[in-house]
Amino acid sequence: MPLSQALKSEAYRRMLRIRRFEEEGTRLFKEGAIPGAYHASIGQEAAIVGACLALNDDDAMTGTHRSHGHPIGKGADLKPLMAELMGKATGICKGRGGSMHLADNSVGIVSESAIVGGGIPLATGVALSAKVRKTQQVCLCFFGDGAVNQGTFHESLNMGALWRLPVIYFCENNGYAITTSLAGSHGQPSIAARAEAYGMPGSVVDGQDVAAVYEVTREAVARARRGEGPTLIEAKTYRYDEHNVGLLIPGKPYRPPEEVEEYRTRRDPITLFRQRLVQEEFTDADLSAIEREVAGTVKDAIRFASESPLPEPESLFDYMYSHPIGTPGKR
Amino acid sequence: MSPPVTSAAVRELTYLNAIVEAQREEMLRDERVILIGENIDIYGGAPLFDTFDGKRLRNVPISENGFTGMGIGAALTGLRPIVDLTIASFVYLAADQIINQAAKLRYMTGGQLSVPIVFRACTYYNICNAAQHSDRPYPFFMNAPGLKIVAPATPADMKGLLKAAVRDDDPVLVFEDMSLWARKESVSTDPDFVVPIGKADIKRAGNDVTIVSIAGCLPKALAAADALQAQGISVEVIDLRTLVPLDTETLLKSLGKTGRAVIVDNSHRTGSVASEVSAVMSEEGFESLRAPIRRVTVPAVQIPYSAALEKPLYPSAERIVAAVKSIL
Amino acid sequence: MKPLRQGPPTKSARAAAGEVQRLTRELSLEAYRRMVRIRRFEEEAMRRAMAGEFSGMHSSSGHEAAIVGACLALRDDDYITGTHRSHGHPIGKGADLKPLMAELYGKATGICKGRGGSMHLADRTVGIIGESAIVGGGMPLATGAGLSIQVRGTDQVSLCFFGDGAANQGTFGESLNLSAIWKLPVIFFCENNLYAISTPVAQSHGQPHIALRASGYGMPGVIVDGQDLEEVYAATVVAVSRARKGEGPTLIEAKTYRFEEHCLNLQVPIPYRTPQELEHHKSERDPLVLHRREMLESGIADTQIDAIEREVAAEVAGAVTFARQSPWPDPHEVYDYLFSNPIHYPPEPAP
Repeated sequence: MPLSQALKSEAYRRMLRIRRFEEEGTRLFKEGAIPGAYHASIGQEAAIVGACLALNDDDAMTGTHRSHGHPIGKGADLKPLMAELMGKATGICKGRGGSMHLADNSVGIVSESAIVGGGIPLATGVALSAKVRKTQQVCLCFFGDGAVNQGTFHESLNMGALWRLPVIYFCENNGYAITTSLAGSHGQPSIAARAEAYGMPGSVVDGQDVAAVYEVTREAVARARRGEGPTLIEAKTYRYDEHNVGLLIPGKPYRPPEEVEEYRTRRDPITLFRQRLVQEEFTDADLSAIEREVAGTVKDAIRFASESPLPEPESLFDYMYSHPIGTPGKR
Repeated sequence: MSPPVTSAAVRELTYLNAIVEAQREEMLRDERVILIGENIDIYGGAPLFDTFDGKRLRNVPISENGFTGMGIGAALTGLRPIVDLTIASFVYLAADQIINQAAKLRYMTGGQLSVPIVFRACTYYNICNAAQHSDRPYPFFMNAPGLKIVAPATPADMKGLLKAAVRDDDPVLVFEDMSLWARKESVSTDPDFVVPIGKADIKRAGNDVTIVSIAGCLPKALAAADALQAQGISVEVIDLRTLVPLDTETLLKSLGKTGRAVIVDNSHRTGSVASEVSAVMSEEGFESLRAPIRRVTVPAVQIPYSAALEKPLYPSAERIVAAVKSIL
Repeated sequence: MKPLRQGPPTKSARAAAGEVQRLTRELSLEAYRRMVRIRRFEEEAMRRAMAGEFSGMHSSSGHEAAIVGACLALRDDDYITGTHRSHGHPIGKGADLKPLMAELYGKATGICKGRGGSMHLADRTVGIIGESAIVGGGMPLATGAGLSIQVRGTDQVSLCFFGDGAANQGTFGESLNLSAIWKLPVIFFCENNLYAISTPVAQSHGQPHIALRASGYGMPGVIVDGQDLEEVYAATVVAVSRARKGEGPTLIEAKTYRFEEHCLNLQVPIPYRTPQELEHHKSERDPLVLHRREMLESGIADTQIDAIEREVAAEVAGAVTFARQSPWPDPHEVYDYLFSNPIHYPPEPAP
């Protein structure tokens, strides 16, 4: 089922939101306004948004340390996300999670795990819960090429398939785990081919084509809702920046500069989609309107975040437990 | 007061480079030593690739329990691997193989098997990395018999203890501390320079109070000692260096002299390293005690991202001084 | 519950297809000797355990052809890792029965000096580097043995025994992938006895053929009839040869069957397998009976075979006598083997 006209402009809007948010966020990180470590999703927008648009509002998601694109792809408000990056009390995690954990539960995210592979069992459990509670919800699980070798991938996919859980295992295969390519870390290079081991279907999709990602994911979601079980989707995508902003890689480059250039200039998901939209009766004015709107949204988010207060030190123990208990060792 | 160097030659070395140098020297000395880890080509191990190749430097896929166990299997069959688990929070994924296999195999097989392996992990904290990257997991592993655990705090100790760990025939867990990476001091260039496992080090002698420092707390403990000295209080700072087996002799000798102790530890308070040291010192040194033993630790709360919340959690010179004053 | 039928094609059909490597006469007899040793050892151990002479065990009765067929394809200097169902592995690799039985009794003369027990009969002298009671725990170790072989540049191989249950453990995926990327000389050998305690494969595996998981890691996967010694042997020989030549790992799935419960005295409130299925395997799929038949067909005299039975019976009896007469470990030695070097440990009084 292809993208409808309405969804097309939303797809463009959300991909642009991710791109501009990440560009601005990168700038702010380099200026010192955002601390810690910043893992940008620039280049991976189509894979993320195509998948998210195939979900309903009440469907759930899990993600990774490369977390920013996921809530944005699912339609989250940018202000609490930017505030979280700046460690403010108005952040989506009240300043306690930060960049690697932009889990916005209001758009269905239950985890953005910085432990690689940590979210895969969680997603499987969310799907189990949906089945036990007899709802129509599904859970989409984002993970990278590196997570595929983690034991949790193996354990989770087996259970997802065994009980036909309504989960979609979605791999954002950007070709590298920090600097390690698939050839150096996978027994054979096709991630989708691992699906057979568990008795579930696996498919490969061009992760730079948001419409293609949408269609493949829609099919998987429909399968899941019909009670037919999980699917493993491998979206071949690309990360423009380094693993995290400012990471210095000594020695010879782990990927050819021509490869990065190729993706930036000829395989950019936003450029490609814009070209297609122009061919499909979207006017330049329509698209510029979205571009201006997104620029404004990002600017508003930065202003909101900058003006928000830091968390109070006295609030340190808040959110430890469901209700406050005498917390020992406050010294 | 570091142990006497076996040769006069020294050079200035950072804590981080001490790790690399120790590994290089031990790999040159013994062809059975190999390094296993994720992205070892970029995180600190890069210089090793000048000397060794992919046979002995194994860049592994993300599969901590699997590749840690693989290292153990190699140790059981003639090699002496170093397994680099990168960030200490990831050690939990490998805890099964470390505890259920490495720590137990010699004993359970009645001595038939030997597990000469080193597990390295670096604690990262106070840098806004949030809870899943900021663990200081010493206490979990202290409770598993069969593991030796070290936590060096100076470049010389880092180099000497890592070399000792590689040469040790038992599984040794080496916790590095990222906050110490840039610290620099003179370190012996003698390729046989080792620091013995199981010996604490008196970094500063004193008479009025004993401060026991664990891992990266050392600079804060020494700063506190300076501040107290200016107020006429003489502080003895013991750098614990080895967590298992504990050097009770040095601890009790110091307590016998001062009668008062403050233990500074950046793990969470509950069941912390400080808890064990405090229990041992008070149980075995009770007659020497003139005041309760105090622990200065990280509160039992998840590590928050925002610096406004995170920064105050770790032991500081001020908190240590206050603790000392409270028992004088 | 429908009983499972595992009727294999006839032996002559398989031989015609080149699938069966006929064993030499010596090897055939040695195979039988080791299989009988496992069976009689397990039967006697169960009797002794039920009599209260030591606590519990996990019997390998029914698995003999799978274990011995694999072990006979290995050299003395090849490595093995195993599982809590550990007894058959050292016996299959040719170990002396006395220290094994003494270990079950917890005696000081046991193979692990009384510190391991039934789940950990690791006999290093026959190449076993661990019998892990943590399901899946041995797979990374076997992978590491393979790494060690590759780094040291020898032509040894490492064979990893594990069960159907372990195939779902994370370590399975991680270990197979690691051994594949560097073409480590490892043979992953699954003793698929169809049940993990009481959970059938159909209720725990996304799809029922473990060998099908191999291609996901870029290695070959082979299914064999685990009750047919020659078929197991043939497949393992191929995998071992691959490994020795540096061509990498193989996953072998031996479909076998466990005659006893998961462990001694296990009370299973709801039957998970039918009496008919169990009976079918005991009467028509007993690996000892099947191999005996093969030997007779190939011209080996039944007197020779009976002689082996008698010798093994004496060995097992001798092992029990040795165990019962051996001393207990000294409680003051409880800290021995904690570390490589004795170190002064905290002053906890010995029990």
